[in-house]
Amino acid sequence: MQAIKRFINRMRSKSPWLLHFDCGSCNGCDIEILACLTPIYDVERFGIINVGNPFHADVLLTSGTVNHRNKKVLANLYAQMPSPKLVVAIGACGLSGGIFREAYNVVGGIDKVLPVDVYVPGCPPKPEAIIDGVVLGLQKLQSLHEQLSVGKGA
Amino acid sequence: MTRTVILIACGLIAGPILGGLFSGMDRILTARMQSRIGPPLLQPFYDVAKLLFKESLVVNVWQVFCAYCYIAASSIALVLFFLQSDLLLILFVQAVGAVMLVVGALSSTSPYSHIGAHRELLQILSYEPLLVLVVVGFYLETGSFKLTSIYAWREPLLLKLPFLFIVLGYVLTIKLRKSPFDLSTCHHAHQEIVKGLLTDYSGPFLALTEIAHWFEIVLLLGFCTLFWATNWFGMAILIVATYFLEVLVDNTTSRMNWRWMLSYVWGVGLTLSLVNLIWLRQG
Repeated sequence: MQAIKRFINRMRSKSPWLLHFDCGSCNGCDIEILACLTPIYDVERFGIINVGNPFHADVLLTSGTVNHRNKKVLANLYAQMPSPKLVVAIGACGLSGGIFREAYNVVGGIDKVLPVDVYVPGCPPKPEAIIDGVVLGLQKLQSLHEQLSVGKGA
Repeated sequence: MTRTVILIACGLIAGPILGGLFSGMDRILTARMQSRIGPPLLQPFYDVAKLLFKESLVVNVWQVFCAYCYIAASSIALVLFFLQSDLLLILFVQAVGAVMLVVGALSSTSPYSHIGAHRELLQILSYEPLLVLVVVGFYLETGSFKLTSIYAWREPLLLKLPFLFIVLGYVLTIKLRKSPFDLSTCHHAHQEIVKGLLTDYSGPFLALTEIAHWFEIVLLLGFCTLFWATNWFGMAILIVATYFLEVLVDNTTSRMNWRWMLSYVWGVGLTLSLVNLIWLRQG
């Protein structure tokens, strides 16, 4: 049973499908995210696919500040993803609201709405940093599962 | 009796394994053609294993039923192929699966799913007559729809049915969801139609449709082997060459609209098959 669980966890970390949501970013972070898919970085080496559909996604990559308009959209996208799922906040705005944090329409960083697993700082972060963030998130997902299964066993 | 059981088991095991390996090879080749490195060979298996153990979010119950029907029909079609059954029977069982996938997509309310389903119906409309004509060609040459007699035929059928092989190539391009005919869904259609036909399938049910697609790949490549059934070497070369050509076509052409697909595939396909069939009758 333990072996099967370990197998499933390995499969999960080998095929993370990303959903990218621009939550009011200036497009700086978005361009860096899409740069990960180019032949230079080629994230498909790690089985990463950039999907456009929350039903198929495992990892939600969000960039930009959350405002009162799009917080519902963000929460809705997260709700439509089948678990186990992961949220990665990208860039200064996604982390805290960035330079927009005191604007009247801004709620703040992504973590005001969703449970964020990994924070990738930078304005914008390099593609290498984004790939690192996703990999870190996958490790966290695996260790969480191991903890959960140990807890259930005891 | 034991032979039958072994053949059924072979069909059920060979389908997913060969199909997965072919699509893994496909992804690596595609990546190399785009000067990328590409995923590992076993990546399709990782994807399916992950999807199978995800939470099942179901849009409605019909979709689950349709996903199971699709995989049942495509696996039965492949098993019938391994049992050397009747070609027409295999064709129609396979068609049931293809239609069930569309019914599942139509049962949701998502507009992307509907666009994908409508386009898939047009794709079925394009390739289904051609596939029947290919089978008719086999009948005219060998005098039987049975696979046993086609495999027992003394000379390679490719020499007598060259145009029908090209027609089968068109069918294969549509069925493998390759450019220029990847209208309904394909590996690259993540952004513009959000995977179209497969938009509302998720988790384990998406995995089922993927496995069913592998069965279909193996079945269609099995059809290719009929054209050089006299020795194993010829079959292998024919399959590898055809699949390589499919990937090449996929990477060198762009997606067209359904009007072009229907007129082009019917125009070229029907003409080529009629020429070949008339030649067979006369010759």
